Amino acid sequence: MNDALLGGFVDAAVQSSHAFRAALTVLSQPGEIRELHGAVPPAPLSVAAGVLLLTLCDGTTPLHLAGAYDCASVRDWITFHCGAPLVSVEAAVFALGDWVALQPLGQFAIGLPDYPDRAVTLIVEMPALEAKGAVLRGPGIADAAYLSLPEVAAFQANRALFPLGFDCFFTCGAKVAALPRSTHVEAV
Amino acid sequence: MYVAVKGGERAIDNAHAWLAEERRGDLGVAELSVAQIRAQLSLAVNRVMAEGSLYDPDLAALAIKQARGDLIEAIFLIRAYRTTLPRLGASCPVNTAEMAVIRRISATFKDLPGGQVLGPTFDYTHRLLDFKLAAEGEAAQAATAPAAMEAVPHVMAMLDRDGMIEAEPLGNDVPADLTREPMELPGSRALRLQAITRGDEGFILSMAYSTQRGYGRTHAFVGELRIGAVAVEMEIPELGFAVEIGEIELTECETVNQFKGSKTEPPQFTRGYGLVFGQTERKAIAMSLVDRSLRWAELGEDYTGAPAQDEEFVLMHADNVQATGFLEHIKLPHYVDFQSELELVRRLRAEVFATQEAAE
Amino acid sequence: MMQTPLEAATPNSESLAARKAWMGLLARAKPGRLADLFPELPAHDLLRAPEIGAVMVRGRIGGTGQPFNLGEMTVTRCALRLGSGAVGHAHVQGRDKGHAVRAAVVDALMQTNQAEALRATVLVPLQAEEVARRANRAAKAAATKVEFFTLVRGEDQ
Repeated sequence: MNDALLGGFVDAAVQSSHAFRAALTVLSQPGEIRELHGAVPPAPLSVAAGVLLLTLCDGTTPLHLAGAYDCASVRDWITFHCGAPLVSVEAAVFALGDWVALQPLGQFAIGLPDYPDRAVTLIVEMPALEAKGAVLRGPGIADAAYLSLPEVAAFQANRALFPLGFDCFFTCGAKVAALPRSTHVEAV
Repeated sequence: MYVAVKGGERAIDNAHAWLAEERRGDLGVAELSVAQIRAQLSLAVNRVMAEGSLYDPDLAALAIKQARGDLIEAIFLIRAYRTTLPRLGASCPVNTAEMAVIRRISATFKDLPGGQVLGPTFDYTHRLLDFKLAAEGEAAQAATAPAAMEAVPHVMAMLDRDGMIEAEPLGNDVPADLTREPMELPGSRALRLQAITRGDEGFILSMAYSTQRGYGRTHAFVGELRIGAVAVEMEIPELGFAVEIGEIELTECETVNQFKGSKTEPPQFTRGYGLVFGQTERKAIAMSLVDRSLRWAELGEDYTGAPAQDEEFVLMHADNVQATGFLEHIKLPHYVDFQSELELVRRLRAEVFATQEAAE
Repeated sequence: MMQTPLEAATPNSESLAARKAWMGLLARAKPGRLADLFPELPAHDLLRAPEIGAVMVRGRIGGTGQPFNLGEMTVTRCALRLGSGAVGHAHVQGRDKGHAVRAAVVDALMQTNQAEALRATVLVPLQAEEVARRANRAAKAAATKVEFFTLVRGEDQ
């Protein structure tokens, strides 16, 4: 018996709807931290990243696994539960890994002027995720929000590409936050 | 100026309740079941599946019932439903050479291996109304004859052997999918075929007819028309092998067209291709003519300005759900737009009258 | 990057062909008929609850060339595990969740020592009925086969 077959949603329609609502909330209110539950993915995948994959990925969303996340247990779990094709960096619609393994970011799709949506969404696994650190301003933020981003320069460079650029989810355990390409980031 | 309006909820609810009553009709007449529609109006079901672009006879029959027999409305219902389904994957390309044919005819070869099989056809009927059908209790019985139970070869494969017809070499490119990405023109032939097979039968028929009457003439003959069941197979990633997931009925038409040759190609026959869900031969024949007509550039033929040669004209107007949506929306409240039109016309009239008065 | 199948490659191509055959037969079966032949479901854990979805059916240009998207079909899939540990998968045409669960259970049981009994009670009758149904259509088609007689050719005059 292979553990890859376990740990998916039990009630996919309801659970994925809740997760999608949470994903939309954190993406539209950068800095907001929510919790995602309902998946039991294999290590080293966090619960939040697992739920995001189950919710956002299917056979039509090529996924790149970076670094330690490109291992047999994760690949098999994704193959059964999402069916997402596992691809190299350039073809990725989603990419999953820790911040270091996802570098260099320049290799990811940032969309086309006619289709800015054809850009990668990064799922960045974090050692910690807290509402402090870098200052976030822009759409969805009343005044300023704070998030423990892995760095600042990369997100400033990404903002400069707007309306092109990548979008990010950050996951740690069950916690999820997000940073869309529209957010201005400053160091504290 | 934008003026928001609201209201009419009760009128709308009552309109829909009346619609439901009208759908049921005279209570003294037995209600039509979905199974009856599926079994006895199967060509309507097939059309709804083909243009709804979803193979599910029960759903198509239900849609026809709900739409009171308005097939475009039924197609709309199926299109709406299919958007709610998760995409589980794509099948391996179906192998129509292995089709269990119930009908298979060729207009170009009379003595073809496997024979001409008429199947359940309207051809050669006299198109006289059959008043016996107005009475109940009809139970016709089809004749049978010993059958070989083996696949019959494609007619084109025979022509292909001696190079008389252009080859259609096996490929495995991932085709563009207009249900996932906006259609970008010029499109590939694969994209065009997807758009045509789900396009409106009447529109595709008229386009094909226009090529026959001389608007982009391609001199088509039906090399082969076949109808029958084919297996659908899909790779299952977690299993690592392909499995049959079901069986569907298809209509396939291949036309043979004259071709004088070009700088790179010797004179030979060329091909048009039609493949449609269900028993839908008018659509499949029309599809193959339109497919061939749209290939003028690839084959180095002249563009004569014929509508059926114009990819954008054909592909952007073939979809009856898009067409009906845009057409019918103009009957819905446009008070705001129209208010500004009224004011503009009043002002122009006032200016004209003022000029006239000044002149007098 | 290749995706590795989750289950170890089946030991030989013969048993793989056999499994493909019964999975296809179960997928094509009428849900009601399968339920008649196999009414009692053994205890099982769902690995993937029965899910209704669409599969894009592809054809080939000219019947032999590049693939194109023909349209979708409804498909229901399910994966489950029996108490014995045997895992069954099903992808079946249509929207009947019971059909998918039943097909997955039979797929799992066919990998156990109950295979022969199950083959006799479920697969053999399904197969026989399918063959009969196909033979009936083929026989009706055969009765509509045309024999043409050439009367006169243009150049004969």
